[in-house]
Amino acid sequence: MYRSNVLVCGGTGCTSSNSLTIVNKLKEEIERQGLQDEVNVITTGCFGLCALGPIMVVYPEGSFYSMVKVEDIPEIVEEHLLKGRIVTRLLYQETVEEDTIKSLNKTAFYEKQKRVALRNCGVIDPEKIDDYIAQDGYAALGKVLTEMKPEEVIQTILDSGLRGRGGAGFPTGLKWKFAAANDADQKYVCCNADEGDPGAFMDRSVLEGDPHAVLEAMAIAGYAIGASQGYIYVRAEYPIAVKRLQIAIEQAHEYGLLGEDIFGTGFNFDIKLRLGAGAFVCGEETSLMTSIEGKRGEPRPRPPFPAVKGLYQKPTILNNVETYANIAQIILKGADWFASMGTEKSKGTKVFALGGKINHTGLVEIPMGTTLREIVFEIGGGIPNGKKFKAAQTGGPSGGCIPEEHLDVPIDYDNLLAIGSMMGSGGLIVMDEDNCMVDVAKFFLEFTVDESCGKCTPCRIGTKRLLEMLEKITNGQGTMEMIDEMEELCYYIKANSLCGLGQTAPNPVLSTLRYFKDEYISHIVDKKCPAAVCKNLLEFTIDKEKCIGCGMCARKCPASAIAVTDYTAPGKKKPAYAIDTEKCVKCGACMETCKFKAISKG
Amino acid sequence: MKSLAELKAIRDRARAEIDLRKENPNAARVLVGMATCGIAAGARPVLNAFVEEIAKRGLTEDITVTQTGCIGICQYEPVVEIEIPGEDKVTYVKVAPEMVPKIVNDHLVNKNVVTEYTIGAISK
Repeated sequence: MYRSNVLVCGGTGCTSSNSLTIVNKLKEEIERQGLQDEVNVITTGCFGLCALGPIMVVYPEGSFYSMVKVEDIPEIVEEHLLKGRIVTRLLYQETVEEDTIKSLNKTAFYEKQKRVALRNCGVIDPEKIDDYIAQDGYAALGKVLTEMKPEEVIQTILDSGLRGRGGAGFPTGLKWKFAAANDADQKYVCCNADEGDPGAFMDRSVLEGDPHAVLEAMAIAGYAIGASQGYIYVRAEYPIAVKRLQIAIEQAHEYGLLGEDIFGTGFNFDIKLRLGAGAFVCGEETSLMTSIEGKRGEPRPRPPFPAVKGLYQKPTILNNVETYANIAQIILKGADWFASMGTEKSKGTKVFALGGKINHTGLVEIPMGTTLREIVFEIGGGIPNGKKFKAAQTGGPSGGCIPEEHLDVPIDYDNLLAIGSMMGSGGLIVMDEDNCMVDVAKFFLEFTVDESCGKCTPCRIGTKRLLEMLEKITNGQGTMEMIDEMEELCYYIKANSLCGLGQTAPNPVLSTLRYFKDEYISHIVDKKCPAAVCKNLLEFTIDKEKCIGCGMCARKCPASAIAVTDYTAPGKKKPAYAIDTEKCVKCGACMETCKFKAISKG
Repeated sequence: MKSLAELKAIRDRARAEIDLRKENPNAARVLVGMATCGIAAGARPVLNAFVEEIAKRGLTEDITVTQTGCIGICQYEPVVEIEIPGEDKVTYVKVAPEMVPKIVNDHLVNKNVVTEYTIGAISK
């Protein structure tokens, strides 16, 4: 029995900042102090506060060490683990209050969170099935198989109000009900782990931190709809998630929690992994199934819906990772418990991946109905460098931008749609005054143009034309008519595309047009980019009154566009420099070099 | 896995480890002095004995065992303090591993302070 547990984050974020080296060093130091039988080192999934990684938590004290360096390990081991003196200087400083240390759960980042889907992330060792079982893992599967009829399982999920966490928000219970109603010799349960939205990484964290939760939920779904085979379609770009899933499947087999005659009830269920090759369209349900079948990932027209004819033309359900992560909890704690969280039409919690111009980059799980203001300014710690909030982008390339005026809207599926964005998978990118909204729309359009599979014309050609217009506007060649043309084209693409990719691709353009039309107009009429992002509309100038004539900028300029003038400002010893705008390549090197803030852009 | 009982057995076995990672504000706390003086006087085996005894009795959810620094009475080390929410703190001194089962049983489980091991009794 260990007296102390040291949890080190082994999620992708902390791994990339060397947390695995820290684990090795910890083990080495612990052995050196002869503590190996007393202190247990555990590699866990993501804690969520990725901005402060690598993260390390020591229990039973609950001490939260952030941005841990390998050099700090000997001190932490000797002082804290051997002598019981917490190294306060290395703790996450928000947990340190004068001479006491607060619980992590009382910090701004964690206090408003409610972790359901992420409940085991950062708590258990994802590579140990016993850890998951200790947290009541597989008890829901046991309960379902021994006490409940399939219809009762579906009814529980329906009553809970759980909606798909992958984007569209379709009621999960309804999906299961449709698939259960169709008779077939074989049905399939699929898991969409092809998380492709730029900036979203909650599914990766669940898979890395709590893979068994997904396996258990899929088995429950299999029982509910009468399927014996499951597939997890996971991106090959998530190597840690793939590895932990493989280990989890193996361990579940060893324990007989997957395979034949589970819990002696005669129920058989097995899961196979399929690795996606990075096509965004394969996150769309019909493309995903086509890809599992070994064909080129392209969408199919619906109907027939997957519940009727899905994978291999058999009734199939497909749910997203985060959706599955809620299932076992709903079975164990009841539909009422789940439905007690959230808003009237969106129950439970939602995980958001915070990114962009925000202090606490990371993963947060909050009850539905929390406002964007709480997420950005309380949990997320606000905008760095005292900049002003401009907009938050939700839903990735399918979503839209939410401006400041809607910061107090309670976030749920329907409210987000009403203000022209969408939940999507939960990526939340915060933008400040330095972001150009036309450029943001262009960025997402570039992504969808790249990722359009090309099967249907509106998406393949429509998005391309849309992008061309955006490029013209950001280059200063736009006309006011373009705004109307773009809007018309947007609606045309939305109405006529075959799958969700095309149907939602114009959203970033529509929402920025809706809330930030003035920025488009500045680009078109004034030929100015108000945020000073669009290079072709930028002009760098030297304030001749401030320039002291040191010539640093001229030496840095890669285009030799800066030359000395014959004007010397009063009080300055040398003549000022000036930029030849014809030669300027707008790299900004001069501005970075100038110590006297004499160079401005605009 | 052939039965729920089998699953429960694995769960119970694995749970003690996991309980250590949960913060229970109502838990009773056993604080073992582990400064240089405590370690020199043999606090480590005492600390480990508490951990083992509490795990053996399945009390990991309600009792946390943690180490603490020197509280200044080095001549009485190993010193163990027990805090049960709502009750006065009790300080045991010159604790040896053999005394641990009795402290856990009488004090932590049955709420009867083992007076003869406390600082009051020994310093007289």
